[in-house]
Amino acid sequence: MSEDTRDHQEQEEKGTTPESGADAQEKTGGVDRRNLFKGLATLPVLGALGFATWGKRRADDTRRQAIIDELGVSGDAPAIIDRLMSRPPSNRINIGIIGFGGEGEAVVRAAGFPRPEWVEARREGARSNSRDHRLAEYLAHGDLNLELTGVCDLFDNRAQGAIDASNCDTRPGGAPVGRGATRYRRYAEMLDDGDVDAVIIATPDHWHAQITIDAANAGKHIYCEKAMTRTEEEVLPVVEAVKQSGVKFQLGHQNRQLESHEKAREVYEKGILGPVTLVETTTNRNDPSGAWVWDIHPDGNPDTIDWAQFQEHAGHDVPFSLERFFRWRCWFDYGTGLVGDLLSHEYDAVNQIMRLGIPKYATASGGIYFYKDGRDVPDTLQVAYEYPDRDLTLVYSATLSSGRGRGKVFMGHDAAMEVGSGVRVLAEPQSTRFADLIDRDIVDPDRPLLTYRPGFKGLDAVTTATEEYFASRGLLFTYRGGQRVSTHWLHLKDWLDTIRFGGEPSCNIDRGFEEAITCHMSTAAYQLGRRVEWDPVQQKII
Amino acid sequence: MSTTPTLTGARLWAMVALRMLIGWHLLYEGLAKLSNPYWTSAGFLADSKGPLSGLYLWLASDPGRLTIVDWLNQWGLTLIGAAMILGVGSRYVTLLAVLLLGLYYLGSPPLPGIEISAPAEGSYLIVNKTLIEFVALIVLWLFPTGRQVGFDSYVSRGGDR
Repeated sequence: MSEDTRDHQEQEEKGTTPESGADAQEKTGGVDRRNLFKGLATLPVLGALGFATWGKRRADDTRRQAIIDELGVSGDAPAIIDRLMSRPPSNRINIGIIGFGGEGEAVVRAAGFPRPEWVEARREGARSNSRDHRLAEYLAHGDLNLELTGVCDLFDNRAQGAIDASNCDTRPGGAPVGRGATRYRRYAEMLDDGDVDAVIIATPDHWHAQITIDAANAGKHIYCEKAMTRTEEEVLPVVEAVKQSGVKFQLGHQNRQLESHEKAREVYEKGILGPVTLVETTTNRNDPSGAWVWDIHPDGNPDTIDWAQFQEHAGHDVPFSLERFFRWRCWFDYGTGLVGDLLSHEYDAVNQIMRLGIPKYATASGGIYFYKDGRDVPDTLQVAYEYPDRDLTLVYSATLSSGRGRGKVFMGHDAAMEVGSGVRVLAEPQSTRFADLIDRDIVDPDRPLLTYRPGFKGLDAVTTATEEYFASRGLLFTYRGGQRVSTHWLHLKDWLDTIRFGGEPSCNIDRGFEEAITCHMSTAAYQLGRRVEWDPVQQKII
Repeated sequence: MSTTPTLTGARLWAMVALRMLIGWHLLYEGLAKLSNPYWTSAGFLADSKGPLSGLYLWLASDPGRLTIVDWLNQWGLTLIGAAMILGVGSRYVTLLAVLLLGLYYLGSPPLPGIEISAPAEGSYLIVNKTLIEFVALIVLWLFPTGRQVGFDSYVSRGGDR
C-alpha cells in the first residue's frame, strides 16, 4: 500500500493521475460530464436507503397500529391532574409530626421541612461533587404551603431534630422560613392544642391505631404511615373513627403515585392480559439496614427516651431496650415485620392495579433463617392469598438475605405484565387472543407487546431489545411535568389537595381497611401455622 | 499535512464502498432515532461504564441536558451519514464521525473488569464493532474519496487541502 500510495502522490504532484488527466481533457471540451457523474455517483445509495427506510417504517407502523388497535390502550402518559401540579392556594395548613424517625423525617422533609444538618450534608455533597444535584432537585419541588407547628417524639434528639426542621431556612419552592414547632411530650396535648390542623403519624405500628382514632376524634386530618394497624382488633375501630369524623385520611403508600402503576392499571382494565390467575410479588433485600438492624443512637438512654410511653399499646411490657426502641420492626410487639413494612406496599400496588380487595384465604410460611439476632419476626416469608371469586392467587415471596431482583409479575393467559418503575407486557405464545396476530407475525412473543417507561413520552409497541432492557432495569429516571419528583411529595400533595378542595385521597380509609385486613391475614396464618379465612359478614379473620 | 493519496481502480471503489456502508449505518441510526418519538439516549448514558461514565450520568441526570444530547445524536448521526454518502465535506465529516464513535465506544467499552449490562449479540473483549468502525473511519479520513466520488469533486479541482 505504501508503495502504491507513493506512486499516486508522485503522479498527483506531476498532475498525471488518470483522473486529473481525464478531467483536463473533458474540461477542455467544455462539458464536465465525467466529473458530474462522479459527483453524483453515490446519490442512488441515498435513494436506496430512503426507499428501504420508507418500506421498513410502513411495515413497523402497520404492526404498531395493528397492536394498538387490537389492544385499545391509549398511547398517552398517565394524566397529570392539573391541580396536583398547580401551586396551592394561600390557605396554609398547620401540621404536627408524631414520630420523627427515619420515615417520619423523610415525610416531613418532603412536606418542605428538612433538618439543617441534612441540607448541610447535601450542600457539602454538591460542593465536593459537581454532579450531586440532590439538594437542587429537592428545592425544585413546589411549596406545599404548610407550617410545621407541632412535634411529638419520645426520644429527645429526634424531637429536637424536628424542631430544627421546622425552623430551617432552606426550603423547597421558595417557601418562607417557618415560625418553629412546639414540642409536646404526648401527642394528645398536640391534638388538644388548636395550632395543628393535620397530623403525620410515623410512629412504630403499635401506636398507629390509637393516635389515628384520637386524631380523627379531634377533627385532625391524618397522614398515617403503613401498616395501618399492628393488630386485626385495631382495624375496625380505626375505620369507624375516621369515617365518622369525616377527616381526610391518607395511608402512606406513596408508591400509589408511580406513573407505572397507573399505566399497569390501564393495561389490566383493557383485558390485554386475558384471565390472570397468578400474581407474584416479592421482596429481595440483602443488607442489615434492609433487615431493620438500624443504628442505635449514641444519645439514646433511659433519660432521653420515654420508654414507659413507648410501651403503651405494645404486645408486652419488657425492660428498657435500645434494640427494641431503635429496631422495633424486628418484634411483633411493635409491628409485623415483613408484612407491615413491605408486603403492605406490594399488596397495595396490586390492589391499586387490579382492585382486588380482601382475599378469601391466606396461607403463610417462613422463619428466622438468617438474622438470628433475637428478633421474633421472620426474615424469610412466603404468603399465598386466594381470591376464588376472581379465580386468582396472589403470591408474596420475601427474603432479607438475598438481593436477587424478582419483579412484580401479573401472569395472564394472553400476556404477562411486569411492573416496576416501568411496565412491560409480553404476549404468551399460547395466547388465545393473540393467536391470529402471532400467526401473522404482527406480535412476537419474544419481544414486548407494549412497554411503558415513566417520564418519557408514553407507550410504545415496537422497541429494540436494548431499549427494552434498560426499561426493565428501571435505569431510567422518573419525571413528572419534566421534573424529577418525590413520590412522598406527590402523596402528601394528593392528601393536602383533598383537605383544601375536597375529594378522596388515593389511599383512603377503604384502601387502608383492605390493606390492614389482608396484612393481618398473613400474620395470622404465619403465627397459627394454618390457612385463615376472611369472614366478610362477621368482619373477622377465622 | 502531507499530500493526500489519490486512489484508483479497485482500491478507490473498495474505499468508496466502505464509505457508503458506514454512511448508511450512521444515517439509518440517525433516521431511526429521529422517527422514534420514544427514543432517548438516557438509557445508554445512565448505564454507562468506564472512563466517561461520570460525565454521561451527569448528562442523563437533567432533562435539559438530555434533550440537547438527544438532539445532537439524532441530527449528528443523520447529517454525518448523509454527508458521508454524498461526499459533502468528507474530511471534516469523517473526523466528526470518528469523534462520535469514540464517544460511543468509551460509553461502554468491553474492558476486562467492566461488566457491560446491555445485552450483546456477540462476545467482545476490548475490541467491539464500534471500535472497528471507529478505526475504519480513521482509515476513511486518511484515504478520502469525496473529491473523486462525491459532491466534494465540484468544490475544488486543485490539490487536497
